[in-house]
Amino acid sequence: MKKGVMRPGHIQLRVLDMEEALTHYRDLIGLIEMDRDEQGRVYLKAWSEIDKFSVVLREADEPGMDFFAFKCVDEASVDNLRAELIKYGCKVEDIPAGDLKDCGRRVRFDTPTGHKFELFANKEQTGKWGINSVNPEAWPEGLKGMKAVRFDHGLLYGPNIAGTTEIFTDILGFDLAEQVVNADEAGIANFLTCSCKAHDIAFIECPEPGKLHHASFLLETWDDVLRAADLISMRDVSIDIGPTRHGLTHGKTIYFFDPSGNRSEVFCGGDYHYPDHPTVIWQEEQLGKAIFYHDRVLNERFLTVLT
Amino acid sequence: MSQIITKHKIQVLNQEQEFLCPSGIALLVGMETINSHCIDVGCRGGGCGVCKIRVINGSFSSKRMSKAHITDEDLQKGVVLACRIFPTSDLKIEVLHTPTSKQVIV
Repeated sequence: MKKGVMRPGHIQLRVLDMEEALTHYRDLIGLIEMDRDEQGRVYLKAWSEIDKFSVVLREADEPGMDFFAFKCVDEASVDNLRAELIKYGCKVEDIPAGDLKDCGRRVRFDTPTGHKFELFANKEQTGKWGINSVNPEAWPEGLKGMKAVRFDHGLLYGPNIAGTTEIFTDILGFDLAEQVVNADEAGIANFLTCSCKAHDIAFIECPEPGKLHHASFLLETWDDVLRAADLISMRDVSIDIGPTRHGLTHGKTIYFFDPSGNRSEVFCGGDYHYPDHPTVIWQEEQLGKAIFYHDRVLNERFLTVLT
Repeated sequence: MSQIITKHKIQVLNQEQEFLCPSGIALLVGMETINSHCIDVGCRGGGCGVCKIRVINGSFSSKRMSKAHITDEDLQKGVVLACRIFPTSDLKIEVLHTPTSKQVIV
């Protein structure tokens, strides 16, 4: 957070059918539908989040990710980072306040991996859903499905992750918490954090630009991950892999797909990272174990199925 | 009143395989149900393009597929994603696995 970037703020995902998508994000993952706009976009959040929304769904011809935004501590930080991004050579676009409902102005920039990111400092704060801010209870009643606690991070695929990583570390002040390196010690998977989490955003090298691997939501316990797996079977949802554990970050996880083919993850636990910690390194020859700690073999679908 | 489920014969010409797919079930799911692997399985939601096939003859209904993988021109040629089509007759198909579906990171 040394340059003022606090946390993932929102992700806008494209879906082929909005009502089907809501059965996934709202009824299965358990996000709360907070609002809709005149463009037909639907705004959702997980119950523990303070800001009004963290996931925006937009119906489109092609699934995938429109943009991923980070919240900064204040507008001055957004201004400073905007200037640094322009100086570095990023294409920067100013999005006015209100373009996303109840969200302040955003600064959008592109990256070598072909993804669009945004910085913003202001969004309406509605508080934790179903919980008083004074003398708060442990959790709200009336949650659906997997009862996701928060939108946690994203994993994106594209070319030149070294270039995008440089923007995140040198300009935005992220740390490289964990990394997979090849025989030449080049990073082929970079996990970056602006907090104490093992990752707030991650990148894996791939020739196709702008790809989404998954959007991830936090659950509290391993039992919650198993229960999520039960719901995936009970509702006949398209599964990818799990429940299992990652070597990278050591999170306990399950992967599945939304009805448009965007991959979702719910997970619990995992490593933490402080700014004085060295980068955790995995070697490419251990990639199977790095990704799936128990099977220790790669599932080709995990590497190649993207939106 | 119970209905008799119609099963359609799916012939996968370039894999020399065939299987029966119940009506109302996506072709790809029908294939997975009998534990066949003749078509690669990806997201099962019309998004990733891994299960691309061409329908040579027969009829089907379909759901929306990603324009990044299936263009209007593809649709006219019978090129579709197996996860998004529902056979309404026996079908003859061929599998169109693309090099991108086989990419691995370097």
